[in-house]
Amino acid sequence: MPDQTNLVGENKLPDQAAAASGKREELHPVRYFIRFTLLQRYMHAIMFTTFLGLAATGLTIRFSTNAWAQHFALAIGGFGTILFLHKFCAVILSLEFLYHVWNIAVRVVVRKEKGLLWGPDSMVPNLKDLKDILGNFRWFFGRGPKPKLERYAYWEKFDYWSVFWGMIIIGMSGYVMWFGPFFGRFLPGWALNAVQIVHGEEALLAATFIFSIHFINAHLRPDNFPMDTTIFTGTQTEAEFKERHPEEYARLMAQGRLEQKITTQPPTWLMNFSKVTGFTAVLIGILLLVLSVSAYFRE
Amino acid sequence: MSPLGKLKKVWAKSLLSSKINQVRWSDAETNNPPNGSANLLAARFCLNGRGFSLFTTKQSRTKQPRLLSLAPIAIVGSMLLPAKQGSGNPAIPKGMLRWKVFVGGCALLFLASFSPAIHAQTDCLSCHGDVTMQDAAGHNVGVDGNTFHSSVHGTLDCSACHASIKAYPHPDHPQAVKCVSCHAEEAAALVGSVHEHSADQPCTTCHGTAHAILPKDNPKSAVYPLNIPATCGKCHGDAAMAKQHHLANVYPQYMDSIHGYAVSQEGLLVAANCASCHGSHHVLSHTNPESPTYKTAIPATCGKCHAGIRAQYVAGVHGTALANGNLNAPSCTDCHTAHTIGQPTMAQSTPMCGSCHQAQLSTYRDTFHSQVSNLGSYVEVARCSDCHGEHEILPASDPRSPVNPANLVKTCGRCHQGANAGFVKYSPHANPHNRHISPLLYSIRLFMVLLITGVMTFFLLHSLLWLIRSLIEKAHGGSVKGEK
Repeated sequence: MPDQTNLVGENKLPDQAAAASGKREELHPVRYFIRFTLLQRYMHAIMFTTFLGLAATGLTIRFSTNAWAQHFALAIGGFGTILFLHKFCAVILSLEFLYHVWNIAVRVVVRKEKGLLWGPDSMVPNLKDLKDILGNFRWFFGRGPKPKLERYAYWEKFDYWSVFWGMIIIGMSGYVMWFGPFFGRFLPGWALNAVQIVHGEEALLAATFIFSIHFINAHLRPDNFPMDTTIFTGTQTEAEFKERHPEEYARLMAQGRLEQKITTQPPTWLMNFSKVTGFTAVLIGILLLVLSVSAYFRE
Repeated sequence: MSPLGKLKKVWAKSLLSSKINQVRWSDAETNNPPNGSANLLAARFCLNGRGFSLFTTKQSRTKQPRLLSLAPIAIVGSMLLPAKQGSGNPAIPKGMLRWKVFVGGCALLFLASFSPAIHAQTDCLSCHGDVTMQDAAGHNVGVDGNTFHSSVHGTLDCSACHASIKAYPHPDHPQAVKCVSCHAEEAAALVGSVHEHSADQPCTTCHGTAHAILPKDNPKSAVYPLNIPATCGKCHGDAAMAKQHHLANVYPQYMDSIHGYAVSQEGLLVAANCASCHGSHHVLSHTNPESPTYKTAIPATCGKCHAGIRAQYVAGVHGTALANGNLNAPSCTDCHTAHTIGQPTMAQSTPMCGSCHQAQLSTYRDTFHSQVSNLGSYVEVARCSDCHGEHEILPASDPRSPVNPANLVKTCGRCHQGANAGFVKYSPHANPHNRHISPLLYSIRLFMVLLITGVMTFFLLHSLLWLIRSLIEKAHGGSVKGEK
């Protein structure tokens, strides 16, 4: 129960939180731990804004026969604007992707950071992820305990890699369409047709996945509802840390590195900003999801 | 009012009531008689049925007497003219004008006493010239002499049309006027036309009031080219009438079309009016093979003006098919519509072509071209005609066709700068839904669909089970926080 009290308190203003939790709060002051670096938070912010822009314009093009698509296009200035915004967001996201790859390469090759490509802090899937999947399904059916997750849950790794490969596939096919005559010199004719199918379908998968599965897993499931602000503030409470990533918590504790992760409580403005921004993004995403899925099944 | 003023008023009244019907100027070209007394002597005068010719001009010898009571007016007027009237002109001594007018009036009376026989038109107008005149049944039987005289029939005796009236008094119910007695050719054309059994008088319905019919080159004529749409529109712009006869209410459509605009806004005489396509007296249904609006005749009808387009159309696949009797092939109006005259450069051209070429429209819908087209707003994009041509559409096998493989680089290159042999191998009508036509693209699409279905199914199931388990845990109040 003390954890729940802390969770409630975390969502309120500090003085309200203190008043609500009373003496217990003083005995166990809420500790905050860093989960994401400032760079990672900015990377996510750039990615989700450009992704929303790409999805809004791309789905409008994909479902161009629908009235909502035509009204949206008309409202913002027609196809010219749609395509410009789509390419604009695409270029920014592409640059971000290249920066990310370069950043990873530097960290691996130059700084020789260990654990980035393999291990508990790595995004690379490992045997534990497979065990966690099976364990989670056992837990779903009440046949076992909830698996103790490490720093990145298997669904978070799937999010990362689907976006990673999605950007390569959607990005490359997009640039082939953008510079058709150039790529036409060395690609076979069918490839020019294929890129359009691949671009559209893969992007549809990305949009539906992010706007449903990612939103549910990260924000909308009962444990996180209504909004997990960790990616915006970069911090999580000790209770959240222990609940969501118990294996990492235990590992850091055992290594004596847990104290290094302690940080201050995020300011109230940042919490409010995170909620407003996060909710706006989620609502836009859900709207696009509903429009797209209904349009897809009417095709 | 002075006694003189009173007298003038009485005189003016008598002038009006004495049916001074016409001062016809010998210059027949002009419709509006010039003002001023300078031309007075050139006029022919008529006095209440007693007409005479002042000059024996060609016209004055026709059966057209004129009536004017100028002689007595001049005589009376000379007496009423104030003596100081002439003082305005120093060349004319006082009283001289009065004297001249008096003598002139007497001279007119003298000449009038030698006037020839009674003229039929003026005889009739002495009664029927009252435009408010009504017969026993309340029908208006008045004739505005001025209007009638300037009409195309203004030189005819009344009896030329009202043939049953020989003398006065005439029967109460004279026979109906038969235009056919003179206009046999037009009447013959009317036989068999859609207007043959028109309940109204077919002639006057279009040509206007019987006594006011003007020649068709007169801008005021109901059948002047610029006035024809409004004349036809009296019936064909009436929604109730259109419904009754199972016709489209075409007048508003026409008036909004480029033809209607040219006629109504630009006053363009060569622009197509109703009669240009439908003919005038022998209007036939478009289902009648002899009609100029019958499907196979339409290219020739439109080609009367659009000769260049017609030549292209006739050379293309559509024109060839229609000429070979394939009534499914489109003629001009199938794409442009008959009365609205749509602009097929707009987005609706694709469904228009697609109404026949359904498979091609379906595959076009899958392309980027179609998506741009749908979202529109001033962005140029390839629609059917941009690649296939408009009027002279040729099969891809024809070396002249823009979609012949040899011409694709040029055709695609109109929009895609740098188009090359590799680029034009793109198939704009590929069908990834059909495994026989495009097996490779079909496989790619199938893989993508399976990928979406697989991923989404797995994770939706994952989320659903997770939700159920979370709710169960919460309901049981059990802690799943991993904390003891």
